[in-house]
Amino acid sequence: MAGWTMHEGLAIALPLENIDTDQLIPARFMSTPRSEGYGKFLMHDMRRDADGGLKPDHPLNGPEAAGASVMITRRNFGGGSSREAAAYALVDGGFRAVVAPSFGDIFSSNAVNNGLLPARVSEEDAEALLAAAPGQAIVDLDASVVRMGGLVVPFELDPVWRLKLINGWDDIDLTRSHAQEIADFAKARRAASPWVWPEPVSG
Amino acid sequence: MNALRSMKAPRALFDKLWDAHEIHRRDDGGSLLWVDRHFVHEGSHHAFRKIAERGQGVAEPRLTFGVADHYVPTRGRGLRIADPAIARMVETLSKNAAEHGFKLFGLDDPRQGIVHVVGPEQGITLPGLLINCGDSHTSTHGAFGAYAFGVGATEVAHVLATQTIWQKKPRRMLIRVDGKLLPGVSAKDIALNWIARLGADGARGCAIEYAGEAVRALSMEGRMTLCNLSIEGGGRCGMVAPDETTFAYLKGRPYAPPAHLWDVAIADWAALATDDGAEFDREVSLHADEIAPIVTWGTSPEDALPITASVPDPATAATESDAQRIRAALSYMGLKGGAPLERIAVDQVFIGSCTNGRIEDLRAAASVLAGRKAKVPGLVSPGSSLVKAQAEQEGLDRIFVEAGLEWAASGCSMCVGMNGDIVAPGMRCASTTNRNFRGRQGPGARTHLMSPAMVAAAAVTGHLADVRPMLAGRI
Repeated sequence: MAGWTMHEGLAIALPLENIDTDQLIPARFMSTPRSEGYGKFLMHDMRRDADGGLKPDHPLNGPEAAGASVMITRRNFGGGSSREAAAYALVDGGFRAVVAPSFGDIFSSNAVNNGLLPARVSEEDAEALLAAAPGQAIVDLDASVVRMGGLVVPFELDPVWRLKLINGWDDIDLTRSHAQEIADFAKARRAASPWVWPEPVSG
Repeated sequence: MNALRSMKAPRALFDKLWDAHEIHRRDDGGSLLWVDRHFVHEGSHHAFRKIAERGQGVAEPRLTFGVADHYVPTRGRGLRIADPAIARMVETLSKNAAEHGFKLFGLDDPRQGIVHVVGPEQGITLPGLLINCGDSHTSTHGAFGAYAFGVGATEVAHVLATQTIWQKKPRRMLIRVDGKLLPGVSAKDIALNWIARLGADGARGCAIEYAGEAVRALSMEGRMTLCNLSIEGGGRCGMVAPDETTFAYLKGRPYAPPAHLWDVAIADWAALATDDGAEFDREVSLHADEIAPIVTWGTSPEDALPITASVPDPATAATESDAQRIRAALSYMGLKGGAPLERIAVDQVFIGSCTNGRIEDLRAAASVLAGRKAKVPGLVSPGSSLVKAQAEQEGLDRIFVEAGLEWAASGCSMCVGMNGDIVAPGMRCASTTNRNFRGRQGPGARTHLMSPAMVAAAAVTGHLADVRPMLAGRI
């Protein structure tokens, strides 16, 4: 995963609360291999009618949303299931940042693991950005601000996640540098709490 | 040692779990934690592909357990799986189990079931453990006094490859439920009550400990329901300190500590309880006797009200944003603001899931359905194949079938609809599951969440109904 520090792109407004991961990607698409691309599944059932046609009134479907890479929305975005496919759908759909007053915790981790920024802003700032969109936005990870029109909106981001987004870290490589510590820990835990390791059960 | 310990600041259950698993702490606040149990399922295929691409194996196969649950058919068990994509995923899980050498409770195993039912049932879930699974309802296992949380595919791959996970310590939140629950009120109602009060993101970033007389009085099944729903209030995890109820449940389970380690384990587990004077970042207090049977009316678990209430009216909402949200939810749900909840007619019912698919849940539903007929069709999918066998031994299956409901095999089934058990567009389902999200039970499906007894009451009456009068002489 490539890291990034600054992103400039089209920001669009999705003024809805509680966009859960079932809405971000309905479960029935998740048996698809990632190599096929998940962008086409993004908010599938919100954006399409029963026959699969795009609903003209959905904010993501209009010509003004073409090429959008920043989404501005309301509270509790990405609540619900742990499906990382929700982050895949956003990333494959071209998004680099989602700006909202609150996010589902597991979704946030998944987003960061896929280079997608979950930027937490105040309710008032979210409303101001929603009113200003669509428009060009600059997302600055170093300064932790979103700039759009005349607005400069600070966002909250865990410092661990900021570094990860900037460096594009792969946790498995990072963790391997702690291999000896891990081995020592496991040995000590097993000695102190032998009941933690289950005995194999036949059958 | 005791003198030393007494000088330490009092710690909460969660602090003790965290401290026992912290391998390394970075300056920026990220900690590397040891993972004692890792559950995988057929939906974990993305993660296995990730470690295969890196040429890596499973670090601790003995601490890794597989279960086929999310996509498995609940009808025609024993036959070939008709859907090729599903057949491929179930087959891939078996191949991964064989290749990496971890224990699998596969489709044909008599112990198969939903991972959050099977883990505890087998004694794989224990107090004091850190438990991960690529499923948000992993919070269920916290009922045993474990630190259990769901993760996405990248983190599943990380746990497979390293048996560790990076986390930042969540805030500690205490939800205390004092007093006694009234008849007809269950753990599900406690959960929907606090989620309605605090919101679906009310516990965001928090590790929740449930305590108080009403929580102590819950069986392990009830505690699992309560902890399961922590995620629906935005919590990272939920937990209950282990006690005699926990120990009695675990004793003699296949993977529980054997006799020669049992006393050591009990001593370790008993020491997990929150110390007197331990601090929480947030405390919330509920009174059990004020909690009524609850149903959801909208498209988020926070849209929950006592059955005696009416559907919210957007015209009386506090803000325009609230009004807009209520209108959108009512439009999807096909409801009118101000209508009494008890008048909402349902088309079908579903009893099952990791939230309410355990033996006690089936007994609660059956106690209402016994000798009565359902006015609408419905599906009952036990939480595990062993729960199914036990229910059949107790004759519960006959009660469901005689009432007119279908008795099926175990899996995630109609809670998530991945296996084809779906609610048709526009149909309304009274459901014991955990999410009333748009499209959760199928495109256009309308879900009302409630307890198993309340679902049974809806089945019998054909509409959302207060189960309490129907329990006279039965409990």
